[in-house]
Amino acid sequence: MTKVLVVDDSNSIRDMVSFTLKSAGYQTTEAKDGQEGLVKAKGGNFDLVISDVNMPNMDGITLCTELRKLANFKFTPILMLTTESSTDMKMKGKAAGATGWLVKPFNPEKLLATIKRVVR
Amino acid sequence: MTVDLSQFIPSFLEESFEGLELMESGLLNLQAGDSELIHSIFRAAHSIKGGAGTFGFENVTDFTHLVETLLDEMRDGRREITNDDTEILLESVDCIRLLIEAARDGDEYDSDKIEQTSDRLTIALEKKPTTDNNDSFKEEKCTKEKHYIINFVPELSLAKTGNDPIFLLSALAELGTLTVKADSSTLPALNDIDPLELYLSWQLRLISDASIEDIEEIFEWVEDECELDITIDEANQPEKNPEQTTLNKNHESEEPLKQNNDEETQVITPEPKIEVVKENSPITAKPKAKSDVGSIRVGVDKVDSLINLVGELVITQSMLSELGSDFDLSKLDRLTNGLEQLLQNTKELQESVMRIRMLPISFAFNRFPRLVHDLAIKTGKEMELIIKGEQTELDKTVMEQIGDPLVHLIRNAVDHGIEPSEIRLANGKSKKGIISLDAYHQGGNIVIEISDDGSGINRDNVFNKAVEKGLIDANATLSDSQVYDLLFEPGFSTAQEVTDISGRGVGMDVVKRNIQALGGRIQVDSTPGQGSNFKVNLPLTLAILDGQLVKVGTETYIIPLISIVESLQIEKEFLNRVSGDMDLYRLREDNVPILPVFQLFNIDAQCNELDNALLVVVEADGQKVGLMVDDLLAQQQVVIKSLKDNYQQVLGISGATILGDGSVAMILDIPGMIQMALEKAQRSQHQKYPNQIEKVGGYN
Repeated sequence: MTKVLVVDDSNSIRDMVSFTLKSAGYQTTEAKDGQEGLVKAKGGNFDLVISDVNMPNMDGITLCTELRKLANFKFTPILMLTTESSTDMKMKGKAAGATGWLVKPFNPEKLLATIKRVVR
Repeated sequence: MTVDLSQFIPSFLEESFEGLELMESGLLNLQAGDSELIHSIFRAAHSIKGGAGTFGFENVTDFTHLVETLLDEMRDGRREITNDDTEILLESVDCIRLLIEAARDGDEYDSDKIEQTSDRLTIALEKKPTTDNNDSFKEEKCTKEKHYIINFVPELSLAKTGNDPIFLLSALAELGTLTVKADSSTLPALNDIDPLELYLSWQLRLISDASIEDIEEIFEWVEDECELDITIDEANQPEKNPEQTTLNKNHESEEPLKQNNDEETQVITPEPKIEVVKENSPITAKPKAKSDVGSIRVGVDKVDSLINLVGELVITQSMLSELGSDFDLSKLDRLTNGLEQLLQNTKELQESVMRIRMLPISFAFNRFPRLVHDLAIKTGKEMELIIKGEQTELDKTVMEQIGDPLVHLIRNAVDHGIEPSEIRLANGKSKKGIISLDAYHQGGNIVIEISDDGSGINRDNVFNKAVEKGLIDANATLSDSQVYDLLFEPGFSTAQEVTDISGRGVGMDVVKRNIQALGGRIQVDSTPGQGSNFKVNLPLTLAILDGQLVKVGTETYIIPLISIVESLQIEKEFLNRVSGDMDLYRLREDNVPILPVFQLFNIDAQCNELDNALLVVVEADGQKVGLMVDDLLAQQQVVIKSLKDNYQQVLGISGATILGDGSVAMILDIPGMIQMALEKAQRSQHQKYPNQIEKVGGYN
């Protein structure tokens, strides 16, 4: 089963993403910020990480940089959730090793369609 | 597949309101250079915007986008944090709240206000309103099938970003019929292969009705790590298509297609297409009644302790029933123990259940920093609000009803209490006025104090005004506290000019009535030149009352403990009979009218002689009266049952309760009883009573 780590400080978005993924047959683990996300990432293998950018304690960009340092996450797709569609943001994400980004707002159908570009 | 998003909306709304509160309090405390704070404000706005877009509240998204942009500029240091901007942002917070509330209730909102604020934001941002934000949902429909030739040459390092070409190809295959040719010509010898690198490139042919943008979107994440050519194969178009589109994204010079080794050609047949839903219609939250009353957030620890207690109760119950099935006198000890335990369990359970209704008073206090901030700007005075004891817990119902009276008291403190800075400085005070709000528990009650270090209450002004209004006699001698109590008389206002903040002549009497309706009381204290203090005393809960049980004839009545001043035995020498069947009892400097309870309720009492009878002195509405009763019984907590729900409203009775022996006892409504006594006295049409009783005439 495909395992996804969902990191977002907003309960409603995290629930929505997680619920959508679960109903499509993915297995999800949730974390409320980058710090918790990193701890959970170290505690298990994931096939995909979906993370918000703006979060307290540790932001998504830092999380991404940290994850790429881990052997287990060298090739793992990491998608950033962002409302900032500016190239600046994308470059920052890329530089940190992010695979791609999902621009908010998105709906469940779009989410599922999009992540198919990186996992099955 | 479709996912019903509406189930996440309540959670989103709750989160948004929390976010708004955070933004508000953050903005109020915002100082230039406080980057942590501005970040957290930005994050709150950002989350609201993201959530709103996802859940279909587009007006919220659009509006919040402006706010977010402004905050973003502040966050990056591109914009200085000025008071003007903070004001606009605070106003915007109100607007977002308005929009979200409208979305929640399915109501209309004040679109003028939103528009005005949005214009101000736009001006602040110095650019035209942007509408670019919703494009991501709009899917272009292109119905004609086209033949695309896609040349995809990834960089060696592509895999290191977590992208895998196979998924990109699969995603393409879902758009139509895809033919894939892989080019392995650049593959080095086995010894030279770096396993982390990607050596292949692909030439793809796609027959699809998708637009070129749809295809680009699939490669969106890798466009910087590859060479990508998307062309429409003109020769193979099923229908004549006049325009040819060539996309050449990331390399200036077009390279010829590498087609040296056509190793294999495979056709990936399209999977059933995922339906792209046009998501332009907002998901509307079902209109519901104002949700404040509906639900309550309870900490998990409170629920756990309840479950724990119920568990214990079940154990005690099974122990007792086992004992009962085979009982003889030798087991009496165990029975007593069991019953003791049952008592303990029940008590704890009751307390825990009551605690569920308790919320920290910060729920009521949270809006005051903003209130004081706004009032300070409106009045041009400088002031600071200090809040203490915001973790003090209070019954939810009491909390909901105490908000407005507190707002009024704070407005009063700002308007009448705090002086303008010049006057303060002239009087040797600090430039900033201080208003403090303090909550704490005191003997089963909660006390809320609102104090200011302003000018205090001018006793003579109050007195003269009251005389002018005919509330008191010009010759009356009143203590300070009696004078201050006049502030709560209906229609009393001492402000020289009526301002729009307070002093419309309605208010303080309403404040007092509201507090009394909650079973509480309010006291005023003031030192001229140094400030005033309003002390509100409230019961912790409305569902349970500490009562004194008294006996009159065969009936048991309950007097709320909070209203009892003292109980005494009547001594003849202090009795005074005035005309109109009214007896007064001299209690130190007061003359207390005596109300025999048996007369009020028309029942038979054992004791109908005043001499040596028991008198319970109670106070309500600043008025003391003595209730004559037969006997004083125990003091205990009683659960209030509404008489109105179960029978009908009865004057002089505020409710009923069921006593331990199963009998019903009435809870006395002290203000109501005073009113009854007064009407009775007025009916008997005799001469005037002392000033004090006249004052009660205001209570109607």
